[in-house]
Amino acid sequence: MIGLIPADFAWRSGDTWTVVVGALAAAACALPGNFLVLRRLSLMGDAISHAVLPGLAAAFLISGSLGGVEMLIGAAVVGVLTAALTQWLHSVARVEESAALGVVFSVLFALGLVLIRQADSIDLDPDCVLYGQIETAVLRTTEIGGWQVPEAALTLMGVLMVNVLVIALLFKELRLAAFDPALAAALGFRPLLLHYALMTLVAMTTVAAFESVGSILVIAMLIVPAAAARLLTDRLLPMLLLSGLIAVIGAAGGHLLAIVAPGWFGYPGVSTSTAGMICVAVGLQFGLALLIAPRHGLIVRSLRRANLRARILREDILGVLYRVEESGREISAAVLRSLVRAAVGSGPLATRLALAGLKRRGMVRGAEGRIRLTEPGSVAARSVVRAHRLWEVYLSERLGLRPDHVHGTAERLEHLAAPGIREVLAGDVGEPARDPHGTEIPRGE
Amino acid sequence: MWSSLGSGRESARAAAKQREPAGALPHGSEHPPDCPLSIHDTTVAYHRKPVLWDVDYDAAAGKLTAIVGPNGAGKSTLLKAVLDLVPRASGRVTIFGEPYRRQRERVAYVPQRESVDWDFPVSALDVVTMGCYAKIGWLRPVTRAHRRTALEALERVGLAEYAGRQISQLSGGQQQRVFLARALAQHADLYLMDEPFASVDAATERAIVDVLRELRRNGRTVLVVHHDLQTVPEYFDNVLLLNMRVVAHGPVGEIFTPENLARTYGGRLTLLDAAAHALKRGDGA
Repeated sequence: MIGLIPADFAWRSGDTWTVVVGALAAAACALPGNFLVLRRLSLMGDAISHAVLPGLAAAFLISGSLGGVEMLIGAAVVGVLTAALTQWLHSVARVEESAALGVVFSVLFALGLVLIRQADSIDLDPDCVLYGQIETAVLRTTEIGGWQVPEAALTLMGVLMVNVLVIALLFKELRLAAFDPALAAALGFRPLLLHYALMTLVAMTTVAAFESVGSILVIAMLIVPAAAARLLTDRLLPMLLLSGLIAVIGAAGGHLLAIVAPGWFGYPGVSTSTAGMICVAVGLQFGLALLIAPRHGLIVRSLRRANLRARILREDILGVLYRVEESGREISAAVLRSLVRAAVGSGPLATRLALAGLKRRGMVRGAEGRIRLTEPGSVAARSVVRAHRLWEVYLSERLGLRPDHVHGTAERLEHLAAPGIREVLAGDVGEPARDPHGTEIPRGE
Repeated sequence: MWSSLGSGRESARAAAKQREPAGALPHGSEHPPDCPLSIHDTTVAYHRKPVLWDVDYDAAAGKLTAIVGPNGAGKSTLLKAVLDLVPRASGRVTIFGEPYRRQRERVAYVPQRESVDWDFPVSALDVVTMGCYAKIGWLRPVTRAHRRTALEALERVGLAEYAGRQISQLSGGQQQRVFLARALAQHADLYLMDEPFASVDAATERAIVDVLRELRRNGRTVLVVHHDLQTVPEYFDNVLLLNMRVVAHGPVGEIFTPENLARTYGGRLTLLDAAAHALKRGDGA
């Protein structure tokens, strides 16, 4: 680890509070984000985080202060307005949904900019809006029970608790409305009302979070932890919990990275934007999930594909060997391999491995000199060849393809392994004795 | 206040009677008051383009009824209009004599399979449990008893062993049966099904037919949007022929005639019939 951690590394209580504020903000965003991801409304988080600007400005103009409750109310109103206007443009004016969203949020954002110009006393720094001021946010503290607690932590804690409470209470309703809005409406669960409730949560969370961590982090936290969690599980509740966990790990890891990472690139003693590094940390977790997820991960999926390719190649080898034995010839393993490679275009290594696999399974035996099917191998091979020739009959008789055009398609169809499909096929073409080329079709077992 | 769905039915019925004296509506007197489903003179339009005209129809209680008609005839829209999922331009729908919003628990709906995202992170049992939600009501949790009801419903469609599977890991036919089980878990009196037989395997088709017959034995009323004209006489008691308007309805033996079908499908029937025959032969069923 020498070199990874700089020599002057020290963890201060300010660092702990930075992580706490970052974790609260990230987790508060991640929870409602799950429903945005599942309902394919990812863009909605982006839109709302921009559209809340006029709500903030209006709240400031009315109340004269930039803080607390007024801002949350202003944000909630505009959040619902964004969702309602988008819905209206889509259903009444028949504008395409994502276009309607684009129109609404950019117009609201522009309106917010105009309002800010009107009241140039508003202290909204564009840099702060984008990247947040997590390091300085922890400095504004208030005393609770002898502890100096950052105000941002209290606000975010409140918002996180509201999110947890609403999602816990409405878990079944939100899940139903996200999965099957028509049934939700038919059963009286008001999917539109639930939609607006969710948008209110998103808007409030956005506003509470972006002052400390910035709108870029907010947008990332709404979507990325939920998307990563979706890769890791196929159930909604674990997905919600995992997204929260990913957000918290991202906050801790991100702050650590912000302190130590500049040193790796030759800038010792400097620390970079924590908010940015939290994004990076969560992004890294998403990347990891994409690779190693148990069912949807790239590694598992490529293994599954490789297994399928190997099975198909083994069946092809059995088919070739069966046809060779059918014609009464004897061949060596080397000749078999070259026959297979010529027939199905497989690579030399893959062919060798597949043949070894067949030997291991006891389907073929013999040395380099002469290779032959064993009893179980012969049964399996007959089944493949039979499927191939039945498919050829089907293609030429039922679909009217010319006999010289059916081999390639049958070559792929013969590997269909759904249970019973070969019996149904045989029943359908009526157990013919010969394929379109006049070759005998082996009987089923 | 959310959970009061379905209570106060009696007083509502009395109020409805007071509001609507006999003969106030053009067809009011023709509709029996306890009919499972009465559609009164209903017109439905999408963006001002009418899709259903003047539909006036009483469902036959305790019967299996097929809703048959060409594409774009408004079959799905009819079901959605009954469930208040699309607005009616005019007309009225009553379920056992009352508006749908008072009878939600008694009506089970099986939407088209393509209407939802089957990659959604829920198990088959989770989906079937949704059929109990009308009884559970807002904010209350799902209990073990509801899950047992759902599991029984899954058993009835032969999928008990798949209860824990995520729904994307089921075949199309199994997904359709999960939807059917969800409707069964509701223990409703009126079932509205939108093309449950669409592109399902033979095992699923048999399972659905068995369930339909069981529902009929228990005195339920079932309306099924159905595409396969060949199986209408075998599976259904009654038929509603629809092509934007009601062409005819009644027992299959009287109504399901070549003349009525020709009126429903216009000149396209012969072609359609031929295609249906070909498909039937081709899928080996």
